[in-house]
Amino acid sequence: MRIFWREFAPQGLETNLKYSLTLGAALVMNWLCWSGHFESPFLLTLGLLSCLVCLWISSRMKIIDEEGAPIQLGIRPFTRYAPWLIKEIVRSNFEVAGIILSRQMKLQRNMVTVPTRQKTELGRVILANSITLTPGTVAVQVVGSKIRVHALSLEDAAEDLSGEMDARIEQLECGG
Amino acid sequence: MTLVLDVLSCLFLLVGSIFSITGGIGILRLPEFFSRMHAGGITDTMGAGMIMTGLVLQSGFTLVTFKLVAILFFLGITSPSSCHALAKSALTHGLQPILDHETNTEESSPE
Repeated sequence: MRIFWREFAPQGLETNLKYSLTLGAALVMNWLCWSGHFESPFLLTLGLLSCLVCLWISSRMKIIDEEGAPIQLGIRPFTRYAPWLIKEIVRSNFEVAGIILSRQMKLQRNMVTVPTRQKTELGRVILANSITLTPGTVAVQVVGSKIRVHALSLEDAAEDLSGEMDARIEQLECGG
Repeated sequence: MTLVLDVLSCLFLLVGSIFSITGGIGILRLPEFFSRMHAGGITDTMGAGMIMTGLVLQSGFTLVTFKLVAILFFLGITSPSSCHALAKSALTHGLQPILDHETNTEESSPE
């Protein structure tokens, strides 16, 4: 039994208690909302059990950390960053749709290397994904702390180079 | 009130469909691989986003709304990731993008 426990015990659970609790709470909330069962104690118990199994597997895989359950970001990604990103996405969507639907497509394809200021991997991932999410620019390659971006027009490229997105994500990271 | 919501959601669905079709047209019209990726991005963001918003307005404040928002959230993470994976594998396998402008081309050595 002791060998069994040592073999299968969650690893580093104590040090990552904060992240484990966050992930567990998120899993339970997700289970409740996806299933829509709030009354039957039997089903609720099974749901809780499945959440615990998920938590155990995640801790065995050692993915419960500041990347797997990024509680340190709080809700700021949704309240501050997302609205701005949606605005940018809508604006650049109209630009790219205009290019596509114009009679002779005036393409100014170019490749730029954008410097980043993020300290963590997670921050760089958010930046690269945000760049790709706005149409007209695609993050092609991440080399060290720089991101190579393929852009459809010069304005799009200049916008990424201006670094507003970069600054906003840095703000997100530093909790400012 | 329901009439206003219906009209609004119809509008969103219509705009979303138009943007999705625009993305499809872009994939056909644009000349080469790397620029075609941008057209796919339109369908992924504006097309999907507008259609989901229209459906949320139809479903009201229910669990269905939560599911729709969750779909949108995961789409927002997976679609740029797959787009990036596509572009990176094309680049590493030797497909060079055709460029119209040379800007800021400090050669960052591809590994």
